[in-house]
Amino acid sequence: MASNTFDYAVVGGGLVGSCIAYGLSKDSQSVAIVDEGDRAFRASRGNFGLVWVQGKGWDYPAYARWTRQAAGLWPSFALELLESTGVDVDLRQTGGLVMSLDDAELEADHRKMEQLSSHTNGEFQYRMLSNSLLKQKIPEISSQVAGAVFCPHDGHVNPLRLFRALHQGMQQNGAEYLPSRHINSIEYCHGEFQIKGDFDEIRASKIVLCAGLQNSKLGEMVGIEIPVVANRGQLLITEKLKHFLDYPTLHVRQTTEGGLQIGDSAEDVGLDDGTTNNVMAMLAARATKMFPVLESIKVIRAWGALRVMTPDGKPVYQASTSCPGAYGVACHSGVTLAAAHAEKISQWILAGEHGDVISNFSSSRFNV
Amino acid sequence: MSYQILVAVDSMFKSISECSELVEFSLNGKLVQVPKGTNVAAAVLLESAVCRTTVVSNTARGPFCMMGVCFDCLVSIDGLANQQGCQTLVEPGMEVIVQRGAVEAERVDDYG
Repeated sequence: MASNTFDYAVVGGGLVGSCIAYGLSKDSQSVAIVDEGDRAFRASRGNFGLVWVQGKGWDYPAYARWTRQAAGLWPSFALELLESTGVDVDLRQTGGLVMSLDDAELEADHRKMEQLSSHTNGEFQYRMLSNSLLKQKIPEISSQVAGAVFCPHDGHVNPLRLFRALHQGMQQNGAEYLPSRHINSIEYCHGEFQIKGDFDEIRASKIVLCAGLQNSKLGEMVGIEIPVVANRGQLLITEKLKHFLDYPTLHVRQTTEGGLQIGDSAEDVGLDDGTTNNVMAMLAARATKMFPVLESIKVIRAWGALRVMTPDGKPVYQASTSCPGAYGVACHSGVTLAAAHAEKISQWILAGEHGDVISNFSSSRFNV
Repeated sequence: MSYQILVAVDSMFKSISECSELVEFSLNGKLVQVPKGTNVAAAVLLESAVCRTTVVSNTARGPFCMMGVCFDCLVSIDGLANQQGCQTLVEPGMEVIVQRGAVEAERVDDYG
């Protein structure tokens, strides 16, 4: 066997690709991770680090169940990564909060939670918190906040440590990481995929596309429709503070090291991952309105990152019919779904299992 | 006070400033005079070398690059924490305090 021939080629070395490559390599398959260079958009390095259940799939029960299942797999996955790589990804599933600044917003959130709960036969749990109940959890919260939804399934991790643990883990398992491979074409020939670009050709029996925003283009080469568009989020990082925030929120979270991450913006600006003064000002204003303690705190970094959004915001897991052995995976929740991707999705690819989860997330749903 | 642990080290630095005009400011509560035009990090070096302990591991740090890139010379100046000492000139009456660990977000009473 030539050294550039593998059982599996995973295209994309972000969180989604790394999780799947980790899962495949655990099964003793020979795996190559074919990654872009530094020109890639790297959603995995710019994200917020939430393991988030609340709100997801309130209008799509399969997604609600999948997210809930994924969050449930996280504790054993974090432990496995710690034991196999020595990297503590700093998982804390304390429950999380979404605050509302006015009663109408809070009531709208409440209705979504009711629907989510009934969709999942009560498996999805939540509590509505008034301002005074919220203050018991976070004394620093402003009296201007109307209330919040508390969901016990929510949590957060250090996404960069997760990234490091996965890369170390998959390479310990024998997977080969091949960066700076910009792919020009993928050809399917006699049951084998030939990956071509300005590098030595890579061959694989199966190929898994996890290339984020590049998945639409790459998918066409192997007969899979993966519609994705970019959605920009901007993030602010503050100086490190003494610990005061025991719970992650959708808007602000405090890392173990003490810095705050602020950011819940969403913009449709194409492939521009920059920052803008007006959005950063809006983020800072909203955060200080919720947490008046932040008024005198300095922001030390800011960045923009591009979410990978499918038309309905739910994941796509799609096998190719014209090129058997090709799979496409796209989602914007690479952190939340990490454990499920490493375990369930890699099993689907290894065994060709066609469970409920997969059929619910076929890209054929966009063509009805 | 506990910060005295940090300032127990004798400084090995001497000012080579030719400015004879002195500026008086307070470093950890002690009145100190330095030549006019001295920046806060240089003033800290003249006294003790240590200006803070780190946020995560609580180990001592002193001014290093003196040009605004290393962020090791962070001090509290006039009540505002995490100021770059090397980017701030000493002003008369300035209050500079070494930092221990992370800054505390001070709770604001927003009931009023």
